[in-house]
Amino acid sequence: MTTKAKVKVVRRPELTFWEKLYIPQILCGLKITTTHFYRNLYLHIAHRLGRLKHLRASATIQYPEELRPLMSRFRSRHRLTVREDGTPRCVGCMLCETVCPAKCIAIVPGEHPDPHVEKYPVRFDIDLGVCVYCGYCVEVCPEDAIRMDTGILDLAAYSRESMRLDIHELMNPELRKPINDCSLTFPHQCKVTGEEMKGSWEEANS
Amino acid sequence: MIIEVLIIKLVLAGIVFFGVLNFAGLHTWVERKQSALIQDRIGANRADIFGFRLLGLFHGIADAVKMFTKEDIIPAGANKTLHTLAPFFSVFFALVAFAAIPFGPDLTLPWLENPVELQVAKINAALLYIFAMLSLGVYGVILAGFASRNNYAILGGLRATAQMISYEIALGVSVIGVIMVYQTMDLSVMVEKQGHMIFGLIPCWGIIVQPVAFIIFLTAALAETKRAPFDLPECESEIIGYFVEYSGMKFGMFFLTDFLETIMVACLATTLFLGGWQVPFLMSDGIHFPWGGVLPVSNWIYVLLGVMSFSMKVVIFCWFFMQIRWTLPRFRYDQLMTLGWKGLFPIAVVNIVVTAVILVFLGEQP
Repeated sequence: MTTKAKVKVVRRPELTFWEKLYIPQILCGLKITTTHFYRNLYLHIAHRLGRLKHLRASATIQYPEELRPLMSRFRSRHRLTVREDGTPRCVGCMLCETVCPAKCIAIVPGEHPDPHVEKYPVRFDIDLGVCVYCGYCVEVCPEDAIRMDTGILDLAAYSRESMRLDIHELMNPELRKPINDCSLTFPHQCKVTGEEMKGSWEEANS
Repeated sequence: MIIEVLIIKLVLAGIVFFGVLNFAGLHTWVERKQSALIQDRIGANRADIFGFRLLGLFHGIADAVKMFTKEDIIPAGANKTLHTLAPFFSVFFALVAFAAIPFGPDLTLPWLENPVELQVAKINAALLYIFAMLSLGVYGVILAGFASRNNYAILGGLRATAQMISYEIALGVSVIGVIMVYQTMDLSVMVEKQGHMIFGLIPCWGIIVQPVAFIIFLTAALAETKRAPFDLPECESEIIGYFVEYSGMKFGMFFLTDFLETIMVACLATTLFLGGWQVPFLMSDGIHFPWGGVLPVSNWIYVLLGVMSFSMKVVIFCWFFMQIRWTLPRFRYDQLMTLGWKGLFPIAVVNIVVTAVILVFLGEQP
């Protein structure tokens, strides 16, 4: 038994006489480009004179001066949220370090003086050179202690070392390396206070 | 007397040289900014001197500095002499053609007996001279392709040659109609004749009396400048073209030649079809209004208006060429040849015949 296949013949559209003449079609194209040219020229001049600012003359975003608006769900550089007394909300449960697929988080927990809080991070390091920005650490955190809402995108650095964020930079997103001054009040380990930074992260990568 | 003529010609040549080269340099800026406006961008605007950006005008200077300080590489297998000679050929013939363009009416200077013609070389076959120079310009391109010892370069060079030859014919044949109407090959005479009025209302410009020739000329001229949509010799995205093996200012010279040829072709189109330096209703003694009455102007203002009119028309043509360049995609090679040989050339020939018949009926044959 032969089944008759349904064939739909699609013919290539033939050019009409006017299209074959080139010139009307060229004029059509010129109309589009010229409209854009004069519209943008007019808008640029109007912007210079301080008018019509709500209409954009170009799609260009002049990057360092003008930043692209970010969606609220956008995952940018991490930060550690703080309690009212300025200590990190993190309780050192290691969930983020465990869930991290890139293994870029290193936490050294310590005993918290408050008996209601179990632990706190003596060290909290994130290696941004390794981080894949999956946001799992934010999702998994039971204390809402880590967030990725700083809006910082320009994460360039000259060395791998400066891609590693320690607890200073994570708690204060304004801070940039090199950090010469430690203003954190709770006990933690940092090179600024003269302590040798040694934790699980170095061990994992050695 | 001969010294005087020499000085005048030198000054004129200097003015043309200065103006044309500056305009060609500015063309890089025009190209960037115009394409940016067309494509809803901003265009290069970061180069600055002491914090002044001036809409990115300094990018041209930055480019020149970069070109001059770059290493000049001659490939190992290349013919050194020809490789070096090619860009100079290109620029030379592009520049030399400007000598025959009349860019203003005769200027009367109080300390000189004869009025100064604002044309560097008054040649009675100026049109032929310009076409000869434009055709010789292709030598630079083919030499560049040939001397580089690079397959892509020679491909670009050959494409350029084939394209130039096929479009030069259409270009030349389209201009014959104009020559028949004005019955001269002297461009200054031709411009003068375009000052007449038809019925005292419409200026007798080439675009009015030879509209078909104008369109053919424009198309062929675009092909002559080797820019998109006729940039087959270059094809930046595929074969890079005849200047693959050039670096530094030698590449810059080819680049400059492109712009110079654009300006050249704009000048030629202005002279042949838009009345050169003619301003409608402006005669040498003043503005003749179509409803009668004359507003007299001095020779200085007349010359100034003429030169301004010429420059404005050239700028408009350059703008138009740039607009076309950023509107149309590139032709395929067979389409290019079909358009040249089967499209433009026969229309140009028919145009000659029709023009001849009309001229005979109007009784204006010599």
